[in-house]
Amino acid sequence: MNPRLPALLARLGPFLGLLLVTALFALPAETREHFLSYGNLKIVLTQTVIVAIGALGMTLIIVSGGIDLSVGSSIACTSVVGALLLQRGWGPLPVVLAIVGAGAVLGLINGLSIALLRVVPFIITLGTLGVARGGAKWLADNQTVNYESSPINGWMTTADPFGYALPAGVWVAGGLALVMAAVLRRTVFGRHVFALGSNEAAARLCGVETARLKVAIYAVAGATFGAAGVFQLARLRQGDPTVAVGLELDIIAAVIIGGASLSGGVGTVLGSMIGALIMAVLRNGSQQMGWPTYFQEIIIGLVIIVAVFVDRLRQGRASAA
Amino acid sequence: MSVAPALELRGIRKRFGATEALRGVSLAVAPGEVHALIGENGAGKSTLMKVLSGAHQPDAGEMALAGQPYRPAGPPDARRRGVAMIYQELTLAPHLSARENILLGLEPARAGWINVAAARAAARDALAQLGHGELDLERPAGAFGIAERQIIEIARALVGRPRVLILDEPTSSLTGADAERLFAVITRLRDQGVSIIYISHFLEECRRLCDRYTVLKDGASVGAGRMAETTPDELVTRMTGREVRDLYPRHARAAGEPLLEVRTLAAGPRLRGADCVVRAGEIFGLAGLIGAGRTELLRAVFGLDPRSAGGVRFGGEEAAARPRGCWAQGAGFLSEDRKEEGLLLSQPLGDNLTLTKLGAFSRAGWIDTGRQTAAAARWIAALRIRCLGPGQPVGQLSGGNQQKVALARLLEHPARILLLDEPTRGIDVGSKAEIYTLIGELAASGKAVVVASSHLPELLGLCDTIGVMCRGSLVAVRPRAQWSEAELLRVATGAAAPSS
Repeated sequence: MNPRLPALLARLGPFLGLLLVTALFALPAETREHFLSYGNLKIVLTQTVIVAIGALGMTLIIVSGGIDLSVGSSIACTSVVGALLLQRGWGPLPVVLAIVGAGAVLGLINGLSIALLRVVPFIITLGTLGVARGGAKWLADNQTVNYESSPINGWMTTADPFGYALPAGVWVAGGLALVMAAVLRRTVFGRHVFALGSNEAAARLCGVETARLKVAIYAVAGATFGAAGVFQLARLRQGDPTVAVGLELDIIAAVIIGGASLSGGVGTVLGSMIGALIMAVLRNGSQQMGWPTYFQEIIIGLVIIVAVFVDRLRQGRASAA
Repeated sequence: MSVAPALELRGIRKRFGATEALRGVSLAVAPGEVHALIGENGAGKSTLMKVLSGAHQPDAGEMALAGQPYRPAGPPDARRRGVAMIYQELTLAPHLSARENILLGLEPARAGWINVAAARAAARDALAQLGHGELDLERPAGAFGIAERQIIEIARALVGRPRVLILDEPTSSLTGADAERLFAVITRLRDQGVSIIYISHFLEECRRLCDRYTVLKDGASVGAGRMAETTPDELVTRMTGREVRDLYPRHARAAGEPLLEVRTLAAGPRLRGADCVVRAGEIFGLAGLIGAGRTELLRAVFGLDPRSAGGVRFGGEEAAARPRGCWAQGAGFLSEDRKEEGLLLSQPLGDNLTLTKLGAFSRAGWIDTGRQTAAAARWIAALRIRCLGPGQPVGQLSGGNQQKVALARLLEHPARILLLDEPTRGIDVGSKAEIYTLIGELAASGKAVVVASSHLPELLGLCDTIGVMCRGSLVAVRPRAQWSEAELLRVATGAAAPSS
């Protein structure tokens, strides 16, 4: 057997998965016509944006051997902040910067707590999941925050299903993915993230300032969660403190389906993006098939298990040889 | 042999994908015999052990246990039939007590409830058989030292009353005195009629302990015989297929400027006080029992553990408090534990080699991967690292080649003060010789080298000066000519009054 074959399969794995789920909905007679239409493609891409942008930061965190459970709450909290500022008449650019900044601050709090208190990320972010959600409700006075129209509202629209222009959110997600992929692969910061996730003790021995690095990772990831918050706001056109409950699980699932390892040191931005698309295709296709939502939840749950199992098979084979 | 062998293997073959790990292994072990299985890393010893313990099924060949066909379905089946295995990496559950570990999987129980009294008696009995009845049964396994954990591991194997006991590199992390105790245990078991397969890189050990030997090379048995009728040189030649005349080459070198000065250094509970000076061009050996503080001394010097008292100077300059600063001052550290602390096993060789100085390969944070790859390729060639290229994950290399990568990191940096903790642990004779040569050349080129090792012949062969640690203190520092193996051991065990 060609020794490169497993490596090739590993790289293509997520793509094959995407092809498979696409075929699942493109072939049946009920959905064949509409599913692969440009209009629907646009809807799928737009529905991927929030999970995809969140998955960028999550990839960084998971590759470093960490986890962040507070993403859904962060997205809700930052989008409420944005809505409040729009209410006060701020322009779109300052609002975007403020939302991203708020996300970075939440991430910074996570990172500092993890590095200084030396408590595992799972626990710290389980705590901030509650703190950020409560904070969002407090800021919003426990109701939705409405504001007069803003250009932000148009960034996720697919109102014109036959137009060719993709909404801004899709372009931003794509652009951010390219940047994050380059950062992970080609910068000192990115290589240190892999080193930290692969073997923290060895990274420390080699002079990597692991505590500082963790703070930076969670802050950068927090900024991407803020960016996801911008598009959450654009989609809802109001600040809702109860939105995105459980979204962290979708985001983590996208990263894991994309081939990252929860034990750190392994993962790619491209894989995570494909993972996010697989989830969106499954959701969109199930809706078109008229399947109930509980059925969608079961399918997505099974896909996660299958994806990780396939990954494990591949790794098992690699280590036996 | 007139009696049926306790264990006999004929023509065992095993293939994984494209690689044929075993290409015809034959082995016969008599009852009550200690049988050495020797070979370089990658010769197929681990695969053979996995076949014996039922973890892998052989593709071809026959196995017989006391004359009966033997084909274990898996490790529990092998254990039931009397073949027990002690792995190189200890496999204790650190949170469970010694008793719970010893009886793991074989707990005396009625309707699911453990009979603690019976368990205690069985565990005590197994330990007494090893001459270690004094061990505290209720202490968590993780709280014991490595030598005691190994005793617990062997006691666990004894609970099943094995006929064949396989020990894989049992002394690789033991010091002289602990190894002696282990040898006594092995001899005892042999006298009780247990057959023992003893795998080790230490040929002196095998010669002392074993009655007969089998040599593996490239997946096949290439020689067997009585230990008394062979010489170490002959064994090495058979293992490597080449002659290793002088394991410890001497290079002309002279000590120069002091590069490393350690004054009354203390750190944590296990390093109480150390004073030494290591000069450019000098190889300084650190001897001592496990737990005497060798590793702790190196870690404190390198800022991996906080220093509580005393001082360290690199080239006359006060040493930085943390590893990052120490690297910048020209010091480099090689960990004793490649897997846990030394290398990023899942990451490419190139990243591992350049991790300490990625900044030097980058502009404004962006890495110039061309230069990084070129640097890695240079060391792959210079140290003859056997790999597919700079992009290969380092975990796929053999132990010896992994160690070369870890050393190359220090050379690429480049460090002028090299702190090497067990630089040849768990690697084969051929790679050892190459690493000794490399260390000698580095000293000759004006670097200051500190080598901590449990292997006394290594220290005596390699070093110019040797210091002995005992209970957290560096108690004696003398030129090599004034040391012998016996004298090192006397000082390390605290049997002799230190005089330095």
